[in-house]
Amino acid sequence: MIKFLLNNELVTLENNAAEVSVQQYLRDQKALTGSKEGCAAGDCGACTVVLGEIAPSQTGIFYRSVNSCITLMAALHGKQLITVEHLSDGNTLHPVQQAMVEHHGSQCGFCTPGFVMSMFALYHTDQPATRETVNTALSGNLCRCTGYRPIIDATIDSCAHRGADKFTVQESEVLKQLQAIAAETSTPMMNKVYLPSSREAMAALLQEHPDARFVAGSTDLSLEYTQQLKTLPTLVSTTRVKECRELKVDEQAVTVGAALPLSDITHVLHEHFPQLHELIDRFASLPIRNQATLGGNVANASPIGDMPPVLLALNATVIIDNGSEYREVPADKFFTGYRQTVLADKEWISAIRFNHLDEQTQLKAYKVSKRHEDDISAVCAVFTVTLDNGSVSAISSGFGGVAATPVSCEALEQRLLGKTWSEQSTRQLGMKILAEAFSPIDDVRASASYRKQILANLWQRFWFETQSELLATTRVTAYA
Amino acid sequence: MRKLVDQPSHKAEHSPLLRSEKHESAIRQVSGSARYVDDIPAPASLCYASVGVTNVASGTLTSLDLSAVRQSPGVIDVITISDIPGHTDIGPVFGGDPILLDNEVKFHGQPVFAVLAETQEQARVAATKATMTFAEAAAILTTDEALAADAKVRPTHEFGRGDVSNTLQSAPLTASGHLSVGGQEHMYLEGQVSLAIPEEEDRMSIFTSSQHPSEVQKLVAEVLDVKLHRVAVDMRRMGGGFGGKESQAAQWACLAAVFALRTRRAVKMRLPRMMDMQVTGKRHPFENDYEIAFNETGKMLGAKVTVSGNCGHSPDLSDAIVDRAMFHVDNAYQLGDTHVTGHRLKTNIVSHTAFRGFGGPQGLIMAELMMDVVARKTGLDPLSVRKLNLYGEENGTVTPYGMPLEQDILADLIGKLEADSNYWQRREEVKAFNAASPIIKKGLALTPVKFGISFTAKHLNQAGALLHIYTDGSIQVNHGGTEMGQGLHTKIGQIVAHEFGVTLDNIEVTATRTDKVPNTSPTAASSGTDLNGKAAQNACITIKERLAAFFAEQFNVPAEDVIFAAGQVSAGGHHLPFTQLIQNAYMARISLSATGYYRTPKIYYDRETGSGRPFFYFANGAAVSEVSVDTLTGEYTLDKVDILHDVGTSLNPAIDRGQIEGGFIQGMGWLTTEDLRWDDSGRLISNNMATYKIPAIGDTPAHFNVALFDRPNAEDSIYHSKAVGEPPFMLAISVWCAIKDAIASLADYKVDPDLPAPATPEKVLMAINAIQNAGGEQ
Repeated sequence: MIKFLLNNELVTLENNAAEVSVQQYLRDQKALTGSKEGCAAGDCGACTVVLGEIAPSQTGIFYRSVNSCITLMAALHGKQLITVEHLSDGNTLHPVQQAMVEHHGSQCGFCTPGFVMSMFALYHTDQPATRETVNTALSGNLCRCTGYRPIIDATIDSCAHRGADKFTVQESEVLKQLQAIAAETSTPMMNKVYLPSSREAMAALLQEHPDARFVAGSTDLSLEYTQQLKTLPTLVSTTRVKECRELKVDEQAVTVGAALPLSDITHVLHEHFPQLHELIDRFASLPIRNQATLGGNVANASPIGDMPPVLLALNATVIIDNGSEYREVPADKFFTGYRQTVLADKEWISAIRFNHLDEQTQLKAYKVSKRHEDDISAVCAVFTVTLDNGSVSAISSGFGGVAATPVSCEALEQRLLGKTWSEQSTRQLGMKILAEAFSPIDDVRASASYRKQILANLWQRFWFETQSELLATTRVTAYA
Repeated sequence: MRKLVDQPSHKAEHSPLLRSEKHESAIRQVSGSARYVDDIPAPASLCYASVGVTNVASGTLTSLDLSAVRQSPGVIDVITISDIPGHTDIGPVFGGDPILLDNEVKFHGQPVFAVLAETQEQARVAATKATMTFAEAAAILTTDEALAADAKVRPTHEFGRGDVSNTLQSAPLTASGHLSVGGQEHMYLEGQVSLAIPEEEDRMSIFTSSQHPSEVQKLVAEVLDVKLHRVAVDMRRMGGGFGGKESQAAQWACLAAVFALRTRRAVKMRLPRMMDMQVTGKRHPFENDYEIAFNETGKMLGAKVTVSGNCGHSPDLSDAIVDRAMFHVDNAYQLGDTHVTGHRLKTNIVSHTAFRGFGGPQGLIMAELMMDVVARKTGLDPLSVRKLNLYGEENGTVTPYGMPLEQDILADLIGKLEADSNYWQRREEVKAFNAASPIIKKGLALTPVKFGISFTAKHLNQAGALLHIYTDGSIQVNHGGTEMGQGLHTKIGQIVAHEFGVTLDNIEVTATRTDKVPNTSPTAASSGTDLNGKAAQNACITIKERLAAFFAEQFNVPAEDVIFAAGQVSAGGHHLPFTQLIQNAYMARISLSATGYYRTPKIYYDRETGSGRPFFYFANGAAVSEVSVDTLTGEYTLDKVDILHDVGTSLNPAIDRGQIEGGFIQGMGWLTTEDLRWDDSGRLISNNMATYKIPAIGDTPAHFNVALFDRPNAEDSIYHSKAVGEPPFMLAISVWCAIKDAIASLADYKVDPDLPAPATPEKVLMAINAIQNAGGEQ
């Protein structure tokens, strides 16, 4: 069984169908219709709810916004599911709700509960209330009426005047209840969904259920039933496997547990690879990053995932587990075909290791899409160059959106080695190589010819941005 | 109407009118308790409908095997067009919209049959199980193909004045060109939804998310083959409409009603997002052409403009939409001798429909394109060209369709915005920036909007209201308009509160219901407050006349002296609390309920001569946008926006500002990231929120100034306010012009870049490539 708090009510579930999303559960089984269905695909945020979980410090509750439409019920185990109906304190609106009223932040009102929940999650962080933090916190909420300005104002206003709310008052009681659930030793499961807590338990479950599929954040898997109407097989979740949740930084490398939500690893990646800031901020939206994992994005092996190009360019290592032994595969050997990888039956990704960059190496990551936020790349490009006295001693790259798999461009490294980086001819040679390197396709996001030109021009951007003196401003966004 | 009781229309101390009152549902919306159709507690018998659709765009159905659908788990009923008891064509004006496929395939994704099942999921799954075969025919998918085949949903219309061909031949300077203007998905956050509850015999209750409950009522009645008085439609609120629920909400209500009648069960039909995007029409894509004549000073001498709307497979509302595009190709400018042609082209695409601006934006953008072209050809700043050609005393004030502008305010409005936004200083800064920045280029543009207010279908310009006062003094008002977030109910509440001199908490604006106010017009054409506000005011006046006469009799004062203000009714030094007067009136057997009615004066249009006064008045505005464009990738950001907009006397400044900001950002989406794509088979491939991108929070510019131009409407509109729903949408054309301005900097502002809309980064880069290749640069 799984146990969670629905607002303040302890709920035990055993037989709910795996395909019933948190959204459907709330609306259809609990008559909590505040969460709206706008897309059932994690794209609009009208269904946003907040999950409270035991903070890493074990002393309080940590709140994160998620899209209830693509969240499996099993993912609620040990958490507090907070819905919009629960925010007000009697007849007194929560400060974020009151601010939305005061600033005229709702028009048709259909997106409003989702916005309010994302605002509530931000309210319970210690982040400053700035336009940037608001953009990030609300990056997964679409509004078609207001143009966002009053919502931005409401969020900044309420989060600039944070005070204790009913959740602060109830925090210790909720913590106790969640800790009691956490103290239970049996493997939580709910009708075909298993949440093992160790690699050994995972391996045993896979023996028992040979057809089982892995799930982590479920942000991609859920689309199979919300959009394609498929039924799901037995699922085993990596999200509680201890070894998949470790985040290690040593002198050599940053090793990221595969099942950690991206938002939990963002700070470490920002610290050690600050140049990835733009790409990570533009990876889907905050509610998606609150669920989606690095391991999931890599194991999916989608040619338009944004993390595989990073792995390729950073020469990262994929650490694979089967419960009894680990093996390590370099990123450039991991992807074998369209959504195909070297992962064998009953193997899963345990972690990804990124070696630190040396001081001579420069890294840049670019994403081009129609919309800056929460969009899929037309082209994603990640480059590094290592210089030795102004000459290229190493170049690496990773690209998304240009081939059937995430790819790197070996020709770049082979043909530019030893070239003087500041020479215009180096810039031009790189452009020429990249313009011919791949045969991208036309699709709804971009044409093949645009993708080819972008590859060459992102290379130009990389070249401009890595010169010792500033030759030109190269970005239209504030991201650096 | 005789006005016994006159109220000053300016702001009164205790009146909520002209104040930024909160949206009447705001507290419920932020609490999750505002109820939408899908939130209505389920009746015990509730079941769910879904549709199965074609996978070809043209041809005929040769076989249909529904046995697997019928056998699918949970299925209760399956229907095709032959099961419809009454009318099978639900076209709103001209027909051509079969409720389900009638042998001939109209478009890819057309509903063929409908299935009813115990759960939404079962209905959706069953709908995928039919075996259908088609004799496929060649599909017409583009306006070019439709023009070549002379495929039209309605005849071409033309109007104009003067001998344009001669002017074009004799003019010192001429130019011509083409502009592709993309369509737009409404993307109301709440998808289409209706709930049908069978009543006694063949009577039906419908709960729907529709901008046009009366049309839903009519079509449901016709489809069920019952008289209209047996169908009641209830519409409390929509989760967004934007025109997409004007005509195209009816089909789902009709299908639900047919099932409800057949099974005697409550039926909900809600379209999941991808289905909604596939089966409902969008803003019309247009392919437009122009030829212009002008002189070296930048003055327009003549224009020949052809707008060609891709209407999809049926007329729907396209006749009026293309008309409105034609009425707006001049925007705010005296074009000289003018000829305007509007084609309504028929394609094998979903039937395109109303969307904020209703064709106006697709026409109006041509005026701004022409101004930019003149500027580049003459070397003048685009703003100078715009100002030079504005309607006014010098240039004349009569439009190509013969309507004089009676309120000429744009010159003042533009002048104020020009100064407030520091346009000329910023122009110099932009030029200086560009000179020093080889990759990132900035662009700046100021564009105005002049938008005609009224339905061009004259009969729609009427409205009704029903007002009750209860014995505790509380007031309930119902009117023909629908609430889709625009704040109509809030404004109606303010109007009624103001008329009776009571506070807003005494007013309840109820759900729009066809059994309260009959034969209503759609809430569209920005007309909601203009029409229904006046109707509600007239209902107030009727009751106030009764109350004033009663008060006058009691205190022996003249009835015309009676004032309703601050919760009191007063005259000649006598005062009664409003509630006391109501109770007295009730005891004296005075009717406390009344209807109100309004029709817009002055308007007419003669299609034969192509002239008239189709609009009661024009709403105006202007915007300055500044962008940064990356010439390596075509990516761009909107850095600064300054807007000055004319809402006449603002009934509610916060709500009006909300319409302006929201309209602007929605218009920006139309012109930038919102990219509708169909594949070669006619299948919509931008069919969900992952592949069709509306503006997100980061797209709202950091610098976003909005001000209201403070001048009352000279026409006798409700408290001299002006309509605000659609006009601000077109302010976003300044963003498109600013992007072009940035690209034009690459050719020293001598060429107007060829930039189709939407200007996705890809299209921007193509325009950059073209201008660089033409300039011989590497």
